[in-house]
Amino acid sequence: MKPRFLRFWMAQLALAPAWLIVIFAYIGTIIWTIQISFTNSKVFPVSNYVGFTQYSRLFASERWIISVQNLAIFGVLFIAGCLVLGFLLAVFLDQKIRAESVFRTIFLYPYALSFIVTGLVWQWTLNPTLGVQQTMRNWGWESFTFDWLSRGDRAIYVIALAGMWQASGLVMAILLAGLRGVDGELWKAAKVDGIPTWRVYVHIVIPILAPMFATATVLLATAVVKVYDLVVALTNGGPGISTEVPAKFVIEYLFQRQNLGLATAASTVMLITVLCVLAPWLYVQYFRTPRSAS
Amino acid sequence: MSSTAITEPSGPRPKHLTVGRIGLYAFLVIAALFFLIPLYVMIVTSLKPMDEIRLGNLFALPMAPSLDAWFKAWSSACTGLNCNGIHVGMLNSIKILVPSVILSISVGAVTGYALSFWRPKGANILFGVLLLGAFIPYQVFLYPLVRMLSMVSLYNSIPGVVFVHAIFGLPLMTLLFRNFYAGIPIDLFKAARVDGGGFWAIFLQLMLPLSTPIIVVAAILQITGIWNDFLFGLIFAGRENFPMTVQLNNVVNSSFGEKEYNVNMAATILTAIVPLVVYFVSGRWFVRGIAAGAVKG
Amino acid sequence: MANVSIRDLEIDFGNLRVLKTLNLDIAEGEFIVLLGPSGCGKSTLLNAVAGLLDVSAGQIWIGDKNVTWEEPKDRGIGMVFQSYALYPRMTVAGNMSFGLKMAKTPKEEIEKRVAKAAKILQIEPLLGRRPSELSGGQRQRVAIGRALVRDVEVFLFDEPLSNLDAKLRTELRVEIKRLHHELGSTMIYVTHDQIEALTLADRIAVMNGGVIQQLASPKEIYRRPVNRFVAGFVGSPSMNFVDGKIAIVDGQPRFALPNGKTVDLTGYAFEAPPQDGRAAVLGIRPEQVEVVDNAEGFSAIPVDLTLVEPMGADSLVWGRAGNSQFSIRIDGDDHIDTPASIDAFFSPNHASIFDAATGARL
Repeated sequence: MKPRFLRFWMAQLALAPAWLIVIFAYIGTIIWTIQISFTNSKVFPVSNYVGFTQYSRLFASERWIISVQNLAIFGVLFIAGCLVLGFLLAVFLDQKIRAESVFRTIFLYPYALSFIVTGLVWQWTLNPTLGVQQTMRNWGWESFTFDWLSRGDRAIYVIALAGMWQASGLVMAILLAGLRGVDGELWKAAKVDGIPTWRVYVHIVIPILAPMFATATVLLATAVVKVYDLVVALTNGGPGISTEVPAKFVIEYLFQRQNLGLATAASTVMLITVLCVLAPWLYVQYFRTPRSAS
Repeated sequence: MSSTAITEPSGPRPKHLTVGRIGLYAFLVIAALFFLIPLYVMIVTSLKPMDEIRLGNLFALPMAPSLDAWFKAWSSACTGLNCNGIHVGMLNSIKILVPSVILSISVGAVTGYALSFWRPKGANILFGVLLLGAFIPYQVFLYPLVRMLSMVSLYNSIPGVVFVHAIFGLPLMTLLFRNFYAGIPIDLFKAARVDGGGFWAIFLQLMLPLSTPIIVVAAILQITGIWNDFLFGLIFAGRENFPMTVQLNNVVNSSFGEKEYNVNMAATILTAIVPLVVYFVSGRWFVRGIAAGAVKG
Repeated sequence: MANVSIRDLEIDFGNLRVLKTLNLDIAEGEFIVLLGPSGCGKSTLLNAVAGLLDVSAGQIWIGDKNVTWEEPKDRGIGMVFQSYALYPRMTVAGNMSFGLKMAKTPKEEIEKRVAKAAKILQIEPLLGRRPSELSGGQRQRVAIGRALVRDVEVFLFDEPLSNLDAKLRTELRVEIKRLHHELGSTMIYVTHDQIEALTLADRIAVMNGGVIQQLASPKEIYRRPVNRFVAGFVGSPSMNFVDGKIAIVDGQPRFALPNGKTVDLTGYAFEAPPQDGRAAVLGIRPEQVEVVDNAEGFSAIPVDLTLVEPMGADSLVWGRAGNSQFSIRIDGDDHIDTPASIDAFFSPNHASIFDAATGARL
């Protein structure tokens, strides 16, 4: 018998594009980025190593601190909001209601839209001069005020709201599939035991759905770290720098402000954060039960 | 005791619309309004002339509906100095979309197949790194990729941005196909091996014909995903080749003078049409795509 | 303990009538098995007794209470399901005590009852484990325990052993029988497995098409099935059916085979005086056939034998009688050459005869 490697040489060949992508586009670029972050590169990468200077500069930058704070606010509100709204929608849709597919279609369609479109629609709907605020006043509620888009301390909440609008349907779809998978006899058993419906959800169904909640959370969290287009379209970081986020910070310092060292330091920090959050989940999800060897 | 039996009704339990049921529908309807209002606002605004918009009645139906804003958005809205409308972006988007979708699905299908059935040495490492890649913020890759692509003169070109889409589509596509093939009985593969099938024969003649459902799912995910992309188009396509999303953002957010909200909304709808059509036509397949991408196989 | 009385029960699913004016009286402490093919309405009936389905018409009484519209938890029932339906993220003890906690039972009382049930079912070492850490048999014991702690008057079993492998099934079947003797509770048990029905039941209700076909003791069901459906459904391999008609020869009833030959039926207890020329089906169980004429009063049917299936303790001999398949159970030590044409002997008083058109016992 030929050795395993030779037997599968065609498979190895077929995997060559994937290997090349992984080695060059993923691992190579990450190493390169990290390497630049330890230099004082400006417009072009130089090999003038300055240790952690860029990192201390980064965390001394007000713009970066605000970006990180915004990411935290947005992340918590967006993830929690999507999970709660998505779960409620899924549960309510699972009550043998009429026109279920119509509701499902309505709840999920924003997820097909880009963050750019989402951002622009909400920018217009909540436009402080001609949007909802003015409409309410025209309808006779003279004192109605909703000008969060023009308020530095509130605009980030609007971004979270727009994000929820876009992605709650995703959570609903994932959890609804999970609810449909719950053994019908469990519901019967709980009924015979005399357990109120809401308690069945809290004590029995939510624990069953835990893996789906985890999956949804990871998907949403990935979107949080990557959030860029939504901010660009909705506020472009403003008013002032009040809605800056890390992803936008990096792009700007890479391509507009020509400060490679600082930008790569910032992206390295993003990378490390994501890896810390992700590693345990990935391990549990994919490597604990490999398919038995053929 | 038996006397009560006579008075006990024995027919069906009377059906009554409970308070809970009404509350249930109320919640669903309010939620539906929340999701629909922006779409409604977008459509009515695009049909109104500017003087009507200045009245500030966001939800009012247009008094004098017209498609002028749509024509302007399509053919003469300005992005910076160019006033050729959003249709340039749409053409660019299509030019980017078609090869990107085909390339990323092809590479993903072959990779998923090799990983699932052949599992050569190092397959697990490859898959692990690919998976990680799906979650890492793109910002980490961007600058080195720009440099690499300019070394081979692909930076600021459509092939360049197609290549980038293939690179970053690979994890999800591989995951999708690998999980799909994991659901195919391994005995089928063994039987084909015993019958003398090689790597490509088994893939092309046995697995690919079975893969229609997952190819549809992959196509839905990639079409909406690549059409909706902003970042890669902005950075890798070059000014001449900006996709629709980038042009849309330029039309809306960097125009000088008075903002033409009706034109903006018309341009926004035009940009959203492709993924919306995909969504409404694909129906349950779209949900399957989400589930396939989200749930482990 | 309580009796269960089902009166004129009807259940519709949309336009489909699943149960048709069904009446069933179950005595205190009786073990009733609802037996039938899938879709016969047996599970529907059980779910109606549990209160998990709305009835269209009729009443359900448990003890001296009309429970037709009571909530399941107020009916004094416990239920065991095919898929066990254990609450996945709770321990065994948690599963058993959850219902009691909901009913605000005092803590000491809960502990006492859980301990008692665990002792009866011999699952004490498992109390701290989760369902995912248990085998199928253990899971079903826990599911029974969950019904046990609730101190109920009627136990409902919905195909509880169908998900278990053959060995465990036998083991748990004995366990359930022991439990019934120990507790003396009323039990209603749904299954499509006739062995379970025959071994467990005080009385079996054989159901088909939303109607109880026969309600009788296992022995009666086996020996004197009231119609062809019951005769064919109970027994493995199935009862042999031979087509023909009734013939009265010299005042004696005989069974005329299609080839013109007649078989003596003297000794068969007709439900009503037999009518000459009536199309009928003669039913004989495989083990009631003898291959040698060794007794008085036996009748003979010609059978063409084709093959022998040795099964250890006994063997099945397969062949044909006229147009129908015919099987004979013989002792495992006996030997028969195949192919062969023989006479199969049977005693008419052990046979069954059904009307060819209605299927009813003649």
